[in-house]
Amino acid sequence: MVTTYVVLDGFDLGAGAIYLIAAKTDEERRRVLRAIGPVWDGNEVWLLAAGGTLYFAFPQLYASSFSGFYLPLMMVLWLLMLRAIGIEFRTHLENPVWRSFFDVVFSVSSILLAVFFGAALGNVVRGVPLDATGYFFEPLWTDFKLGPQVGILDWYTVLVGVMALVTLTAHGSYYVALKTDADLGRRARGFALLCWPVQFFLTVSAMVATYFIRPDIMTNYGDHPIGILVPIVVVSSLAVMLWANPKGKEKLAFVASSLYIAFMLVGAAFALYPVVLPARDHRYDLTIYNTAAGNHGLSVGLVWWTFAAVLALAYFAFVYRMFRGKVQVGEGHY
Amino acid sequence: MESALLIHRLHFAFTATFHYLFPQLTMGLALLIVVLKTIALRRNDPAYDEAARFWGRIFGINFVLGVVTGIPMEFQFGTNWSVFSRFAGGVIGQTLAMEGMFAFFLESAFLGLFLYGEKRLSPKAHWLSAVAVFVGSWLSGYFIIATDAFMQHPVGYFTAADGSLQLASFWDFVLNPWAGWQYAHNMSGAAITGAFIMTSVGAFYLLSGKWTAHARIFVKAGVIAGCVFSVLQIFPTGDRQGKMVTDLQPVTLAAMEGLFQGQSGAPLVILGQPNDQQGKIDNPLEVPGMLSVLTYKRWNAHVRGLDAFPKQDWPGNIPLLYYSYHIMVGLGTFFVAVMAIALLLLWRGRLFHARWMLWILMLSAPFPYIANTAGWMTAELGRQPWLVYGLMRTENGFSKVVSAGNGLFTLLGFMGMYMVLGILGLFLLWREIERGPVEEHEPLSNLQPTTTAS
Repeated sequence: MVTTYVVLDGFDLGAGAIYLIAAKTDEERRRVLRAIGPVWDGNEVWLLAAGGTLYFAFPQLYASSFSGFYLPLMMVLWLLMLRAIGIEFRTHLENPVWRSFFDVVFSVSSILLAVFFGAALGNVVRGVPLDATGYFFEPLWTDFKLGPQVGILDWYTVLVGVMALVTLTAHGSYYVALKTDADLGRRARGFALLCWPVQFFLTVSAMVATYFIRPDIMTNYGDHPIGILVPIVVVSSLAVMLWANPKGKEKLAFVASSLYIAFMLVGAAFALYPVVLPARDHRYDLTIYNTAAGNHGLSVGLVWWTFAAVLALAYFAFVYRMFRGKVQVGEGHY
Repeated sequence: MESALLIHRLHFAFTATFHYLFPQLTMGLALLIVVLKTIALRRNDPAYDEAARFWGRIFGINFVLGVVTGIPMEFQFGTNWSVFSRFAGGVIGQTLAMEGMFAFFLESAFLGLFLYGEKRLSPKAHWLSAVAVFVGSWLSGYFIIATDAFMQHPVGYFTAADGSLQLASFWDFVLNPWAGWQYAHNMSGAAITGAFIMTSVGAFYLLSGKWTAHARIFVKAGVIAGCVFSVLQIFPTGDRQGKMVTDLQPVTLAAMEGLFQGQSGAPLVILGQPNDQQGKIDNPLEVPGMLSVLTYKRWNAHVRGLDAFPKQDWPGNIPLLYYSYHIMVGLGTFFVAVMAIALLLLWRGRLFHARWMLWILMLSAPFPYIANTAGWMTAELGRQPWLVYGLMRTENGFSKVVSAGNGLFTLLGFMGMYMVLGILGLFLLWREIERGPVEEHEPLSNLQPTTTAS
């Protein structure tokens, strides 16, 4: 669920990140918004649905992580609000000042959200200061070191945050390139090209850093050779992006970028399994076993959840089909 | 700890109250839009399509505000009420997840189609997308009510070895008898908001002599729906809801009614201020015996007062609970009166020229919001001191790791953010209303020759 959210909302976050620079005129900006307009809200619903699913399946994990990440989560909420009104309210007035204001709101909140989501992933991989009660509370930052008193932001999580920003920027660029043409599409492609070496460099450094701070991350990979698929997919999707983008194969590049994001997340989850929220002190790790809801609830949930997920996929397939193709200005709302 | 509890309660109360200003209109309008679209489809009348499109635009702005203020609600169970979430998440996580999985996906996927896809869809398919939005928003309402119903009257659970609540029977939990009537009462309340807003905008256009053809549609649809739902709000839904409170939360009933001493032939307090120091109502205006009739259908039935219960189980803020309840009931009565008179005038064909009535209808727009808010305050203040009725006290449910200082920081942040959202929302809604259902210079549909564009 979380992966789906990141892949889907990732491209509209990324589109927001390049928005101010790549789309220069009002007409181009409206084309970017047209490209993400009909789908961004649905994508964000994935976040809500993922939160709800987390709540019903792993109530303890939900309780511990949400209260522990209190401050950054609240800020994520504010950013999500700002971004939503940036997208939706921009077009209501013709006034250029009004529009410029919401352009900046939309773009800045998209960028910050990408960084926050990356930092959140960094926190999960690094581990949080859970204690025997099963709760923790992290301030936003302490001394940026991985000492006993960690904050949300330290050098490692900032690194992952920047990596997430670059990754999602590239992802959004591929999407914009796919959905638009002319100058705007060209600029988006150029942007993605620029992102690639940075993305490559950050991926490698994040992997090395992760190995440094959590050497045990490799245990699962050693025990289950199937795990080798993850780095293979990650590296090959990076290669495909590099190859497909200059050739104008936007769809292929976008798919590769989606795969890259999905497998980076799968890789992290695979390495941590069965731990879902590692503690700095491993005795207090939260695992799928000590956080799950009761058996009856889970088995009932699985039935309706599967049913609902199939229905949801059907709606989305339908909506994306209705809005397929390159977007033009002048049609609809944005 | 005291102040942390207060901050966390205010945090949830503030964000929930502000949030619910939007869904009540969303759910009410969703129903009315389906009605307009159905009439448009059956009569093939473009004026109804234009009316539906206009309300779709209002709906769209309102929906965005509902979504952005709704996301924090789901998060706050974990951020501010983590002890409660760990305790009850195994049960109420079900309905909260179902809301996301069943209702939000449906609503958001089809809202995009409804608002932006009219040109790409056939009229039937567009009508269907309006129905899907309606079903999604009303489903969403049910899952939230079912969650609240569990907190009011927990059923279908068992207590696991670690002390947490777990699901024992899915159907008992989802079909909680409390949820049924509460849902009907709440949705009828949302429909009242939708109907009053539609009527109010229509009355405004009629009074200003603009878009009068569309305005007549708005007023007519709004008054008919408003009358139906105002009556349903009192009987049977309000009556049954009151009966459940009487049976399952008798101490809440006593506090709501301001009944400090239990008595036979208990009076119904219409006006008066609860004096919780002396345990009586100051300046009472009462109907003798009426409370006994309403609760037990007998003049001399004994109604238990607050004195029948230990003080530690009394709702914490009795005056506020009392006022919320009385404001809700008073406004509910007002709605029936206003809508009944309007319907009578409509039936006699005089409503569109009765300027005094149009003024009343126009100015009534804020009241359903106040009544719905007061209703929710009655339900949630009435539940105190319990977070899950009889199982967990509110003072034990909040996040111990989040200090009062951090809580206040985000509460202030939300206040600032919501002030901006509220101003922007009102401004944009006002602009839509001022722009009207159609361009003024455009020729209006030929079925509405009386329209004058001024």
